[in-house]
Amino acid sequence: MRHVKCVVIGGGSAGLAAAIQLKKYNIDCLLLEKEDVLGGILNQCIHNGFGLTRFKEELTGPSYAERLVSEFHDLGIEFELDSTVIKLNSDKSIEYINPKGVHKIQAESIVLALGARERTRGNIMIPGDRSVGVWTAGSAQKYLNIDGYCVGKRVFILGSGDIGLIMARRMTIAKAKVVGVAEIMPYSNGLTRNLVQCLYDYDIPLYLSTTITRINGNGRVQSIELSRVDENLKPISGTEFNIEVDTVLLSVGLIPDNIITENAGIEMDPRTKGPKINQYYETSIPGIFACGNGLHIHDVVDFVSEEGDMVAKSVERYLNQLGKSDLSIPVNSDSNFIYVLPQTIDKSQAVKLKFRVKRPLKNVKLVIRTKDEIIMTLPKTQLLPAELEMITLPLPLIDKIQDEVRLEIIA
Amino acid sequence: MKHELTCIVCPRGCLIQLVKDEEHYICTGNQCKRGEVYAIQEVTEPRRMFTTTVQIVGSKLSRCPVVSSSAIRKEDIFKIRDILDGLVIHAPIQVNDIIVENILGTGIHIIASRSIKKDA
Ligand SMILES: Cc1cc2nc3c(=O)[nH]c(=O)nc-3n(C[C@H](O)[C@H](O)[C@H](O)COP(=O)(O)OP(=O)(O)OC[C@H]3O[C@@H](n4cnc5c(N)ncnc54)[C@H](O)[C@@H]3O)c2cc1C
Ligand code: SF4
Repeated sequence: MRHVKCVVIGGGSAGLAAAIQLKKYNIDCLLLEKEDVLGGILNQCIHNGFGLTRFKEELTGPSYAERLVSEFHDLGIEFELDSTVIKLNSDKSIEYINPKGVHKIQAESIVLALGARERTRGNIMIPGDRSVGVWTAGSAQKYLNIDGYCVGKRVFILGSGDIGLIMARRMTIAKAKVVGVAEIMPYSNGLTRNLVQCLYDYDIPLYLSTTITRINGNGRVQSIELSRVDENLKPISGTEFNIEVDTVLLSVGLIPDNIITENAGIEMDPRTKGPKINQYYETSIPGIFACGNGLHIHDVVDFVSEEGDMVAKSVERYLNQLGKSDLSIPVNSDSNFIYVLPQTIDKSQAVKLKFRVKRPLKNVKLVIRTKDEIIMTLPKTQLLPAELEMITLPLPLIDKIQDEVRLEIIA
Repeated sequence: MKHELTCIVCPRGCLIQLVKDEEHYICTGNQCKRGEVYAIQEVTEPRRMFTTTVQIVGSKLSRCPVVSSSAIRKEDIFKIRDILDGLVIHAPIQVNDIIVENILGTGIHIIASRSIKKDA
């Protein structure tokens, strides 16, 4: 069986960044990608707004990908396309399949850079006819931007996250009529800049606290029924109204893609839907690391690549056995948070905490405490679920930590 | 004149108040200089970056993503869309190749946002 120092699974912005950085540490790696191109989801995100942090300019998704891919090729890193990892074992052997057959290799370390998949109609259960013309926003984006095929003429979009907003503008540019966007929450889940330039610019109405309660149409979609929802997100009867459309796009969230991770017996976090990690981005199996959308959902690609860089550093640390640490300090949070990463830390170095809050919060204080002692208080004018927040705990503060780190929000 | 607007230059999305006395704009709420530039532009002549795809032949790919070299006037969006709609380009294409020079006489170019090689 072939033996490799490090195998990177997934050739999106996370995996590419990790492989590039590994090469710079002189670690040979093999990158496996299931599609026939590198770059991942970025290839279909033709809008601009990528790369401000990493490349100091605003790029489109494809040009951001091209920068990473060229650097990857320039370094001569080994990769295989059309190669899907079907099994990951706890002894770090990997089984993958490609047109040449089924292969098994033994890795000394592994980087999971698996990306995310979209939630579908089945995941959210909209009643009604099984009509043709219901797509996830991401698949409609792929058809339009890669194949030049627009999936509909009169379109309604469910979900106001960034992908839904971006697609509202994109379908309008492609000559479809986007009749509206519905959001079940009382606020949009997208960035304000996307509300402005994707909806307001084109007078596309946004229905907050509203959801689709029925899809009608024998064969093709003909109309949808919308209803207002109460504070428990339950449809209020009597508020129903119908809109005629031929297409519904679902933009109801991404889920980290972790089938092979779970099957390997790696411990998962039900809140991120990704593996649990320590501050070195290492999962519960030593030597297996995770980054990018497969770890938790990102809104900004620069932070995805940064995680790739980080993970490469951790792989180097692992392979060269630089320091064993006691990663026993849990990171917890109160009920205002969806999640906080990493789930455990040690006290050896500064640590960057990443988190998302459950609902919009204004003029609050973010408190970081250990046992009874507050070690950091940060005033925050605004915290939004749509935005991943990051704060670094510097070493002097790390020293104060006792058996737990806890994040809390106070008014 | 008083305007309240959200800066769309970066994901931070600052809420900006812009007040004009006789000649000068007074801008508050922006966390950086680019916010002020944006706010004044937005109330005088709003502009947006523009992206779409154009048809490409000679490659196994059928669309080439393109982007405006700088922000175009909002009112030009659909005019530019219509010009690009009828266009067919030929592989190979290099990233940043000019696809349409000086579109609508604006001084702004439409450029390729990725490279596409020629396939037999
Ligand atoms: C529609 C959309 C719009 C976005 N807009 C913006 C924006 O405007 N600005 C911004 O900064 N960010 C944006 N983002 C966020 C950012 O681009 C993504 O979070 C980032 O590109 C994800 O990178 P990744 O490498 O984690 O995942 P991906 O790009 O999804 O890469 C994962 C790769 O792993 C491969 N893979 C998965 N499983 C296997 C397996 N078993 N074997 C082999 N290969 C496998 C997949 O084929 C894929 O290529 C957007 C994201 C989306 C989805
Ligand atoms: S003012 Fe500056 S920091 Fe604020 S959103 Fe605009 S560009 Fe970003």
